[in-house]
Amino acid sequence: MKRRKFDAAALPAKSARAVDDRFQVATPLRKLLNKVFPDHWSFLLGEIALFSFIVLLLTGVFLTFFFEPTMTEVIYNGSYAPLRGTPMSAAYASSLDISFDVRGGLIMRQMHHWAALLFMAAIVVHMLRVFFTGAFRKPRETNWIIGSLLFWVGFLAGFTGYSLPDDGLSGTGLRIASAIILSIPVIGSWVSSSIFGGEFPGTIIISRFFIAHVLLVPGLLVALISVHLGLVFKQKHTQWPGPGRTNSNVVGERMFPRYALKQGGFFMVVFGVIALMGGLFQINPIWLFGPYEAWVVSAASQPDWYVMFLDGSTRLMPGWEIHIPIGNGYVIPPLFWPTVVLPGILVGLSTMYPFLEARRLKDYKHHNLLQRPRDVPARTAVGAMALAFYIVLTLSGANDVIADKFHISLNAMTWAGRIGLLILPPIAYYITYRICLGLQQHDREVLAHGVETGIIKRLPDGRFVEVHQPLTSAEGHDGHPPALDYVGWVVPKKMNRLGALGPAIRGFFYPIEKPAEAPVSPGHPPVEDRPEREEIGSGESRR
Amino acid sequence: MTSDNDRRRGLLARLRGRPVARSRGRRRLGAAVRLFAALMLAGGAYTVFAPGVQAQDNPPLTAAGNEGKALFDVSCVTCHGRNAQGVEGRGPSLIGVGSASVEFQVSSGRMPMARQEAQAMRKPPQFTDEQVRQLGQYIQELGGGPEVPNGDLREGANLATGGELFRINCSQCHAFGGGGGALSSGKYAPSLAPASDRQIYAAMLSGPQNMPVFGDNQITPQEKADIIAYIQDTLKNDGDPGGFNLGRYGPSTEGIAIFLVGIVALVFASLWIAGKS
Repeated sequence: MKRRKFDAAALPAKSARAVDDRFQVATPLRKLLNKVFPDHWSFLLGEIALFSFIVLLLTGVFLTFFFEPTMTEVIYNGSYAPLRGTPMSAAYASSLDISFDVRGGLIMRQMHHWAALLFMAAIVVHMLRVFFTGAFRKPRETNWIIGSLLFWVGFLAGFTGYSLPDDGLSGTGLRIASAIILSIPVIGSWVSSSIFGGEFPGTIIISRFFIAHVLLVPGLLVALISVHLGLVFKQKHTQWPGPGRTNSNVVGERMFPRYALKQGGFFMVVFGVIALMGGLFQINPIWLFGPYEAWVVSAASQPDWYVMFLDGSTRLMPGWEIHIPIGNGYVIPPLFWPTVVLPGILVGLSTMYPFLEARRLKDYKHHNLLQRPRDVPARTAVGAMALAFYIVLTLSGANDVIADKFHISLNAMTWAGRIGLLILPPIAYYITYRICLGLQQHDREVLAHGVETGIIKRLPDGRFVEVHQPLTSAEGHDGHPPALDYVGWVVPKKMNRLGALGPAIRGFFYPIEKPAEAPVSPGHPPVEDRPEREEIGSGESRR
Repeated sequence: MTSDNDRRRGLLARLRGRPVARSRGRRRLGAAVRLFAALMLAGGAYTVFAPGVQAQDNPPLTAAGNEGKALFDVSCVTCHGRNAQGVEGRGPSLIGVGSASVEFQVSSGRMPMARQEAQAMRKPPQFTDEQVRQLGQYIQELGGGPEVPNGDLREGANLATGGELFRINCSQCHAFGGGGGALSSGKYAPSLAPASDRQIYAAMLSGPQNMPVFGDNQITPQEKADIIAYIQDTLKNDGDPGGFNLGRYGPSTEGIAIFLVGIVALVFASLWIAGKS
């Protein structure tokens, strides 16, 4: 019997053909694998959120194997001595067991928590990128709305998860949440007793939050993320203006192999950073908080950072009660405004922003090219204003810790927050606006007069002038090079960007362009050969 | 005191053991004796309890008390007055605060105060342990008050009870990790990290600065031992199983860490990855 020769080199082609014979996938796959993604570091920020979500799913599944989502009272008898013999809920006892008795449990819990913080942080950073570059404009308004919803659903996922261990800190948070719900006029008490199954804390809330945290909210997140990514595919990614890039093309790397490999590598990096943080930094030491008891409230009780702005708004709100003389009198508590009305306004404003801006600018065209923040000063300034507002609220959420550690009076912190909340956003608006205009002006100046070389020349009549390197070799009417048009992309402002240092080595973070291969475009004009160095240098050797 | 008691008990026994029928002379004599005894009792009790004219001017101090007075007259008298009766607008009276209070304030360096402010700050102590004891003795002899018992203050402690009591009574101000927290108008609950057993005990007994007093009928000496053991053994020597504790400030430093470490590291990673094109 003749042995068949095994040809390893032909194996991929053969198996691919076999698959295609059966499923007819070659055509759609070719389209998919050849899909082009533009490449810029800021486009990877959203991926951090996506990858940390995957880590969240993986570590979360591990935690569900050991977590017991009930509020049945048990006596703890695990390995953490200072709590042994203490009555507590089964949820808290099983969280302690995950931390101290399950092999690898603590790092999994910490990775899960760090990944949650990273997920929210990456969402916010990604959102800022999208906002400041105008990537939310038509046709991508829907994706902007989905993104904003992802923040709020992530907020919900974080809050339900944070409450699950039933420790002293999370119980305090839950108590505040119940108070917020109770503050809603008319329906508050009904909503609260429906959620808690009666009076706070009841016996059912952990089981309910568990199912919300492991099924409903993640289901919603997966659905929203899928639509988000699907729309990025369908509508194509935005790109920066630049050489050969127009509103109707996409310049970048193919999905396979480069882009997929890079993304795979980036996933590993994100996973690694989360694992490092989970292993190195202690987060949420529930064993110190103790089991939740209504009478135990620690100093420095804060929510996780993405909820802290609501804590801050509550701390800054003056105690203004509204009495409505109906029947026996009805009171709208001050808590209602900073914790229900304010987030409502924020959701409305943030989701509607693309439409507000389009309406104001009467701009209803498709935009696939990004804008540099400096080129749209009003939007950038509005963004800075929103950011200042958010940061003041977040810092106020931790104002007791800041007051204590920096020896400031807590009362002063509260008043600084109140005043800062009103005056810092307009100041941020003004300063950002002026900075944008200044940067724009400098770009135009360099395009008109060239790059400052740092070489000072003395003219025969005694004047000193700085030698400028023009960005073009073309001759204008008056002998000077003509002013170049701004095309919405980086204007080179340093001589080494023009190849003054000779052929550049590849940078670690940035590719340093080699002058000879620089692409021809208005933004990156062709650069002349380096002229022979003349003896007008400063004499110092420059790096 | 004891002699009076014996005397009274003797009198009662005599009354109980007396025969029912007695002659008038004996009854009169008995009445005279009882009157005399009652007068003696009242007079004796008065001499024992009444502040002597002598004691106010020149209290009979022990040797340690005299040493303490000498230190007091140099370092404390400016604010607390010549006989520790306090000076309006500068320092409170120390009559009745007890040696526990002196021990806490002076051994932690809070007294002498550097300046008048919302609250005295912990500093390197100005006096040696011996001097602190002498100062305490002086104040104790002046007006009495709570004292820190000698011996092991953690004896027979139960960590779990201590933890529960700590979370109920202490964590509102000193925070779950004992790192301290802010109070109103620049006052604060200090970190427990540098506090010794005796200082924690003295603080609970005397309620220094803005701290409430946790007397022995609110938190028994045994419960105090539990709390001290929890603070010293668990909070300080627990070793943070999860890694670097970020100062145990709760979610606020965790939020800073995720941006300064997580986001910064990953932005550099994305710069690096996007740069490789």
